Amino acid sequence: MLTPAEVERIAHLARLTITDDEKVLYARQLSQVLAYAEQLALVNVDGVAATATVLPVHSILRSGDRVSPSLSREDALRNAPRTDGISFEVPAALTDED
Amino acid sequence: MITSLNPASHTLSNHTVQSARAGLQSGAFSAVELTTAYLERIHGLNPRLNAFITVADEAALAQARAADQRIARGDTSPLLGIPLGLKDVLSTSGLRTTAGSRILENYIPVWDATVVARLRAAGAVFVGKCNTDEFAMGSTTENSGYGVTRNPHDESRVPGGSSGGPAAAVAADLCVAAIGTDTGGSVRTPAAFCGITGLKNSYGRVSRYGVLAYGSSLDSVGVLARNAMDAALVNGIIAGHDPSDATCVDIPVPNYAGEIETSTNLRGLKVGVPREYFVDGLQREVRDGIQTGIKQLEALGARIVEVSLPNTSLALSVYYMIAPAEVSSNLSRFDGVRYGLRVSGHDLVDMVCNTRTQGFGPEAKRRIMLGTYALSAGYYDAYYTRAQKVRTLIKRDFERAFEQVDVMVSPITPTTAFKIGEKADDPITMYLTDVFTVSMNLAGTCGLSVPCGKDDAGLPIGMQVMGPWMGESTVLKVAQAFQQAVGYGSYIV
Repeated sequence: MLTPAEVERIAHLARLTITDDEKVLYARQLSQVLAYAEQLALVNVDGVAATATVLPVHSILRSGDRVSPSLSREDALRNAPRTDGISFEVPAALTDED
Repeated sequence: MITSLNPASHTLSNHTVQSARAGLQSGAFSAVELTTAYLERIHGLNPRLNAFITVADEAALAQARAADQRIARGDTSPLLGIPLGLKDVLSTSGLRTTAGSRILENYIPVWDATVVARLRAAGAVFVGKCNTDEFAMGSTTENSGYGVTRNPHDESRVPGGSSGGPAAAVAADLCVAAIGTDTGGSVRTPAAFCGITGLKNSYGRVSRYGVLAYGSSLDSVGVLARNAMDAALVNGIIAGHDPSDATCVDIPVPNYAGEIETSTNLRGLKVGVPREYFVDGLQREVRDGIQTGIKQLEALGARIVEVSLPNTSLALSVYYMIAPAEVSSNLSRFDGVRYGLRVSGHDLVDMVCNTRTQGFGPEAKRRIMLGTYALSAGYYDAYYTRAQKVRTLIKRDFERAFEQVDVMVSPITPTTAFKIGEKADDPITMYLTDVFTVSMNLAGTCGLSVPCGKDDAGLPIGMQVMGPWMGESTVLKVAQAFQQAVGYGSYIV
């Protein structure tokens, strides 16, 4: 059972801000799903490989790569909330205390 | 109304791809006239159904004019001038693409998804962007940031999801066919609830370049259509290798329409009925409808055998660990920097938190947090890795079953379409809607939903035809023969 404090920690990892009411709500709902998924702990998976993709993947050497046209700077910036015309603008990542 | 498999080709409504093509080719109407008629119906009905988030009047008419020019030059491409709907997770150059999320309310892509580019090159006309659960996360479209889509068969009920907009649009004759995506049932469930045909492609069959990602090891692009032949015609255009998507495999694309054209019987075909899919809690009419459908397949010459997918009861747990984990990763890109919403904050982290908190809806947040937890230090092996291992067992179930049979048949959902709001407050009850569909995404196989009757309330029932990886031709052949035998392809309102 997740506690509201644990939910707050998860929310921070996910870069979400949640209210006290939401902490309680999500603690209950996420716990329900995790409790349901507890059945997986009972399955014998000794020697079973994990499936990350269903495709028969193999390493590909990139020797055939060729430079081809890609997004122009103008297009790359077109949907940016804030830009100086050359780059994306963001608030300060470091403050004086850092 | 049950739709004819061969509707009249001279009217401006109720078209299949084939009948619309015939009308365009014979000059009964132009692509502009056809598109105008569909746009008029959209403007009449969409305020009630909310199947479209964005209607593309001007762009659609420009495409229609171009199609008319190509037709005049003798071009007979199979989708030329055909009005299609696009689920709003497919990037469309110059046309707003929201993924059903407020975080992308003003996002206008600067490129087309490969699927969109191929349809555009084929001369299709995009009448609009269809509603979806936010980032395709849901089984009802109730999680859309733009309001729920209503089921055309009963507007108090959900259309299924997450491709509920595309399915409702096809079922209400607001477009001839539509493109959707399926991560855990998102093409098949709305097709079943809305009484149309929905094809889920094998993982890797269709490019996902430009498709806004949900669960990257599960997502597949699919087709919602009036019948198997239409689905085959559209799939023939969108399927195939794409160097821009490393997960899109380089295997030749069959001529789906040509291969299924002559499918009038199923002699020699072995159809498996997985016993784990006929459980308690199945709505009586759904069970009866599927049994009647199976008898029909038998009458067409198929051999019916019982098979077992022993790990079926674990599939939902696996899915609701893996899909949230992948989405928590995929949606981390929405940080207010390069595109989409930005909500200001006193520093970078604060800005990112404010943006995501305001931009994402409750279900997106729920799954992001679930996935973040499953991937976090100390829990990764217990939840995520273990789910991936059980996924292997589920995949093996399918491989073993397809050693015995050509296809399998089951219900799509335990019930027909339920009321809007009925399950919205209880995630587990809602997630159980996906119990018969998620396994195929975990296994990467293909399948479709084909209408096979209605319940006592007049709501459509969908029969699931499951095929092996890259077995699209086979499941389409089964659907084609079935639809020819019963004499209808879909239930159109």
